[in-house]
Amino acid sequence: MSVNENDYILQVENLKKHFVPHLTLAQSISGKVKKVVKAVDGLTFGIRRGEIFGLIGESGSGKTTTGKLIMKLIDPTSGKLIFNGDDVTVTNKERTQAYRRQVQMIFQDPYASMNPRFKIRDVLEEPLIIHKVPGDHVKHEQMVIKALTDVKLNPPVEFMGRYPHMLSGGQRQRVATARTLILNPMMLVADEPVSMIDLSTRAEILHMMKDVQRDMGLTYLYITHDLSTARYFTDRIAVMYLGRIVEMGRADDVIDNPIHPYTKALIEAVPEPETGRVNIIKELPISGEIPSPANIPSGCRFHTRCPYAKPECSSEAEPELMDVGNGHLHACRRYKEI
Amino acid sequence: MDKILEVKNLRLYYHTNKGAVKALDDVSFDLYKGETLGLVGESGCGKTTTGVALLRMPSPPGRIEEGSKIIVDGRDIMPLSDKQIRKDVRWEEVAMVFQGAMNCLTPVYTIGRQMMETLHEHRDMDKKQAEELIKEYLGLVGLPPEVMGRYPHELSGGMKQRIVIATALFLKPKLVILDEPTTALDVIVQAQIINLLKKLKKTFDLSFIFITHDLSLEAEVSDRICVMYAGKIAELGTNDQIYGKQGPMHPYTEKLLAATPLLKKKVDTLSFIPGAPPDLIDPPKGCRFHPRCHKVMDKCKLEEPPLIEIESGHMVACWRCVK
Repeated sequence: MSVNENDYILQVENLKKHFVPHLTLAQSISGKVKKVVKAVDGLTFGIRRGEIFGLIGESGSGKTTTGKLIMKLIDPTSGKLIFNGDDVTVTNKERTQAYRRQVQMIFQDPYASMNPRFKIRDVLEEPLIIHKVPGDHVKHEQMVIKALTDVKLNPPVEFMGRYPHMLSGGQRQRVATARTLILNPMMLVADEPVSMIDLSTRAEILHMMKDVQRDMGLTYLYITHDLSTARYFTDRIAVMYLGRIVEMGRADDVIDNPIHPYTKALIEAVPEPETGRVNIIKELPISGEIPSPANIPSGCRFHTRCPYAKPECSSEAEPELMDVGNGHLHACRRYKEI
Repeated sequence: MDKILEVKNLRLYYHTNKGAVKALDDVSFDLYKGETLGLVGESGCGKTTTGVALLRMPSPPGRIEEGSKIIVDGRDIMPLSDKQIRKDVRWEEVAMVFQGAMNCLTPVYTIGRQMMETLHEHRDMDKKQAEELIKEYLGLVGLPPEVMGRYPHELSGGMKQRIVIATALFLKPKLVILDEPTTALDVIVQAQIINLLKKLKKTFDLSFIFITHDLSLEAEVSDRICVMYAGKIAELGTNDQIYGKQGPMHPYTEKLLAATPLLKKKVDTLSFIPGAPPDLIDPPKGCRFHPRCHKVMDKCKLEEPPLIEIESGHMVACWRCVK
């Protein structure tokens, strides 16, 4: 399926999610100040119809919170979520349910996301019951068989009678994918779908997901910390740091020609299977760890760890995303000098 | 070069009701002083079991079988009593950083108190001396002394991993087994920890066994790589032999490498290995990898290939390499 550059299936506009902690009585009397955790802090991006969009970030960057916001599992503090041209930021119960039918999620842990007492048949039929898909048991069973065939679990009838613990990690993740496909969604949100699967079968699952995406014309949001699989799997990626996007563009452009110092550091840190690296102590361009989202630095939020930071980076306003052409965006005001 | 460790015909079976699970079957390798040996393979191939066996503490119903030899710095530790092992070997000569150890710190004790426990158990030392020593080691792993008074929940993953590493080094072991020490960490923190390990290795003159499923990471740390499959060694070679121009010789290693996504090179399709590692109660006849192998021959299904040296220091267990 060819991707139209201006046909967005999902647009996220200045999305924010701030968590306000509860204080105990003693804490509020002693005058403790509430520290707001800004997990997602002004996120703007669009996902084109029929593409695989990767959201990359370290732990604490807000990528999982973003996934939850998009699934409407939590409500945003502010900002907009536009799906298929409709504003879905605030919706009633029926509209939310209809939305979730179109946007489905694959979870990280295929062991924990399935009821161990359900047979695969029941695991797959459950979404049909929840979403009141018309049809009797026989009709549903046909749909289950089709979904299992789509993810290449053959013969489907044999798998339907098994329990989740009888399947390998890879097979389980196939069932998880089948469970989303059975509702005929338009978009899938996959949060680290292969991080718990053995390396030898990881590629197999990614292949299968890509095939399904192509055959059914789906759109994926792939959330991960792993740049290597993102490069292989996605069309475009966005790199998040402390709740904001610092760089976004075609996966090849961003990884081959990174602009933002954070992206550069991430790429530098990824190990590659090449010889002659054993006795080298890698020079890491940035030190320390990601600051707490309860305490976001002023100005450019990366300046505390940036090797190129100048005083203006902390004193002036936060840089917005700038386009360097061909849709490659970044948020570094000193990109020309570094 | 001197050997710090010799493992000969190591067999570790888990005796279950259904029969013996042959988790390690006739594993032999050496480790030289100052060297890092990497153990790689899928889950369930015996990597962690090897590590645990070297400390002589298999979890029940596991048992190290008769005829296995583990020689640490010239002394066979198999005949030693449990008491002697605890006194002389475990943590004194061989230490291990377990997978996920950083999540096993007690949430109710301060870091200082937890670190003190190791010293209490093994050394006669008053509190003051112990504190000094802890501060010294915290400094060595790049942490400020204030960390002693902190609780685990106040620290990041990278900091906790540093504490676990410091604790493993306390008693000045000669050999440290690192089981997936960076798996749960972000890439930048992972690179920091790897750098730290390389520095500590020099400072303390250590030898490492580095266990991971990540072939890319293994390329950055290990002098020699030992690829395990279904409780046996499939291939053992130097970093150059495995990752260099010629590439690995065993089809399993070949496939594992082809399944590793690369960051700096775009590939159209990644390879994968169909199926899953076998049941070790009743492993496949012949070569244990043959049901999943893309280069399988008739002979592979009948006879088990021996681990033979095909060039200096490069061992392979594959019938295709037997001339």
